[in-house]
Amino acid sequence: MTNSRAEAALALHRFGFGPVAGSIATIADDPRGALLADLERPGAGRVAAANLPNSGQAARALFEFRAERLAKEKLAQRAKKEAEAKGMLVGTADGDAMNPNGNAQTGKPEAPQNQQNQQPSLPAQLVQNEAKVRIEAAVAAEIGFVEHLVWFWSNHFCVSADKIVSMAGAYEREAIRPHVLGRFVDMLTAVESHPAMLFYLDNAESMGPNSVAGINRDKSLNENLAREILELHTLGVRTGYSQDDVTRFANVLTGWTWIGLGVPNRGGEFVFVKRLHEPGEQTVIGKTYPDTGMDQGRAVLADLARHPATAAHLARKLAQHFVADEPPPSLVDKLTKSFIDSDGNLKELAKTLLTAEESWAPERTKLKRPFEWFISALRVTGAPWAVGRVMSGQALLGEPLWRPPAPNGFPDYESASIDGLSQRVDIATNFAGRVAERVDPVALVEAGLGPLASAETRNTVARAESRAQALALLLMAPEFLRR
Amino acid sequence: MSERHAPSRRELLLASGALFAWAYVPKLARAEGRDPRFLTIVLRGALDGLATVAPVGDPDWVSLRGDNALTLDGKTPALKLDDFFALNPAMPNLHRMFKANEAIVVHAAATPYRERSHFDGQDVLESGVEKPGATYTGWLNRLLLGLAPADRVSANGGRAFAVGPVTPLVVRGPAPVLSWSPRRTLPASDDTIMRLLDLYRHTDVNFARVLESRSKLTAIAPPGSMERKPIGQIFAPDLAQLRAYFSEAAGTAAKFLAQPDGPRVGALALGGWDTHYNEGIATGWLAQLLGALDAALAAIQDNMGPAWRETVVVLVTEFGRTARINGTNGTDHGTATIMLLAGGALKGGRVVADWPGLKPANLLENRDLKPTIDVRGVLKGLLKDHLRADDHALVADVFPGSDDVKPIAGLLASV
Repeated sequence: MTNSRAEAALALHRFGFGPVAGSIATIADDPRGALLADLERPGAGRVAAANLPNSGQAARALFEFRAERLAKEKLAQRAKKEAEAKGMLVGTADGDAMNPNGNAQTGKPEAPQNQQNQQPSLPAQLVQNEAKVRIEAAVAAEIGFVEHLVWFWSNHFCVSADKIVSMAGAYEREAIRPHVLGRFVDMLTAVESHPAMLFYLDNAESMGPNSVAGINRDKSLNENLAREILELHTLGVRTGYSQDDVTRFANVLTGWTWIGLGVPNRGGEFVFVKRLHEPGEQTVIGKTYPDTGMDQGRAVLADLARHPATAAHLARKLAQHFVADEPPPSLVDKLTKSFIDSDGNLKELAKTLLTAEESWAPERTKLKRPFEWFISALRVTGAPWAVGRVMSGQALLGEPLWRPPAPNGFPDYESASIDGLSQRVDIATNFAGRVAERVDPVALVEAGLGPLASAETRNTVARAESRAQALALLLMAPEFLRR
Repeated sequence: MSERHAPSRRELLLASGALFAWAYVPKLARAEGRDPRFLTIVLRGALDGLATVAPVGDPDWVSLRGDNALTLDGKTPALKLDDFFALNPAMPNLHRMFKANEAIVVHAAATPYRERSHFDGQDVLESGVEKPGATYTGWLNRLLLGLAPADRVSANGGRAFAVGPVTPLVVRGPAPVLSWSPRRTLPASDDTIMRLLDLYRHTDVNFARVLESRSKLTAIAPPGSMERKPIGQIFAPDLAQLRAYFSEAAGTAAKFLAQPDGPRVGALALGGWDTHYNEGIATGWLAQLLGALDAALAAIQDNMGPAWRETVVVLVTEFGRTARINGTNGTDHGTATIMLLAGGALKGGRVVADWPGLKPANLLENRDLKPTIDVRGVLKGLLKDHLRADDHALVADVFPGSDDVKPIAGLLASV
């Protein structure tokens, strides 16, 4: 039983988002079975998001919002000019009357207070609403393995809200979640044809040099997306593809774009535009693809999804994320084989991960990524949370939500995030200060770590000078920081 | 992100404090034409009472603590309070108040709690209930409810701010609380870092390395030890922060309490007193911390202005520390300790004590200063004479089970 409880705690920390009160005991009978069962839940990977706009709706709303704001600014400028022409001072009642946000009574300038004290602006709202659903799913999950997989794939196929704020959250729901236990080729195709990705990696503007539009507008390729698909999303860097492959693949992808945001009802949605597409066959990594329009790109993606280098690349990355920075080669081999044998079935891949003995090594060397760690803290304390505060914490921890520094996503190895330990101590201290008085840290050692807790950690928590310090120390214990 | 903050509450906080809403002012005292202020400061971590107020007149004192015993003629001489007791030299402001009859030391005091867990000890101290974990309300809150029952649903009650993120237990409860946070923020305390370092050194060397560099503590100690480098080299910057922070927290409380229509009763908690390692009684860690506390008391006096005359500040801690020094030049969890009272409303300049003595036979379990005064007796005396709490409420609501603990009379200057 003790061993089984230890394995239950390990299962929750390594594969889920950490225990909630009682969950170690709940799955202690059969931890591995509980994780496998997580994959079979109906709707696994999906979130309830009926009230959230899809990416096209969000992009159009933001487009309208910005257009209206611009119009207001122009009106205000016009009014100012007219007033000046009449020799009147700026900021008189007349000027304010023209300004829908102004306050005619006090004559105060409109900008700072109106914008700060009211609801977050539309872009911030869009992101916060999506973030709330995502955090809720992670905090509320019984185990969280499938949510954890969503995070993994979302980071693998990241876009950045810094570039495409309206769609960053919806993208994850639309391109990642439906396929997280499906076929890799489907996720890959959904991702690369998603307007968020097409805009993020500049394909929306790319056009074939010999396409109608390319000739007429004297424009040509943007290779960014093609390169990152090969380097980051599928084969992996230095796996033998050449610059020519990149260029050819970029040709293939021309025409994959989105509908202009100003187009009513359909703006921001994916569209294949033949006028932009480079005509003719293309040879990518030794195989020639006839020009079948959009299907040419689908065919290349399908082959990339099946490529052994892709299997090895993803297998290693997955093992690296869940098990160790330097995962056992035998585990990587098993995952690679599973990926190839199942034709990229991600559910089979997840099962292989769960059933491989190497995945259950009792040594817990892998440092949780900062925000995974913080989710563990929310879960074990059951503390109430507010999305804005949590997102600020994420940013402080160096992982601002959906805003990775580059297309390779947030780093996922110890040397990249261990220096952030210092921020974690401060976050843990402040968090513990807010919630500790409502919890019993000594009991949380049991609920959160159970048999994984070392004698040193138990003593350290028990001897703390206050509940808040005790909780901070628990959250900062190596057993809690590592998966 | 909560947006219900008052304008002054912008930042995260480390210490915690709360003031009661205006509706809950002591009505009876007001009826007498007085306008009393009462501030409780909880020192979390167990303050070493013997290191703060030393019984220099006890013949067993120096042999008990050896080099760590404060004396009147040591290298850093203690500040004489009377023929028997002397104050830690880090507290000149408290000494000045004592000499001006505005401060009282209560020695060898303890709550009814006799175990040695911080959390449970703080629970008993702040809840006012004899058993830990028995209630989620604090004695100060229940007291206020009793003082102003008629105002429970007043408009002013509704005007109270949302309960702050770190409301100390002592003020928690049904009476509306107006919380504020100091603007100043502190990173995780040195003490927390030291504890983590010690844990990491035994469990995770990579983590230890990171934290060491964070605090520039690389040279601080060989693995496994908890030596602190001398103050001034490494800890000075953080101590400056701490000092500023204590003063701001306490000083801000005083500013609120001083206002004509401000709250009259409040509490805050200051951590850092758990001195197991290299306690630094005369010049080190504890001395610095006491200095910060002393500066905070001065800030309270300054910011109270004329209201200082009607003020009582009471400083309490969950329990004391071992009478003897332990193996790491610090002290472990003990029992009796001191209470410090400051304020112009006191009949001060006195040490209130029924001294138990320091011979092995006099010590509790041959290790701790033996308690001879119940903390609740002192608090009841203050609440009764200063705020006009009635005897029945003090026993029934504020300190249940304290029937046998008589309020200590005569602590106030004019009653």
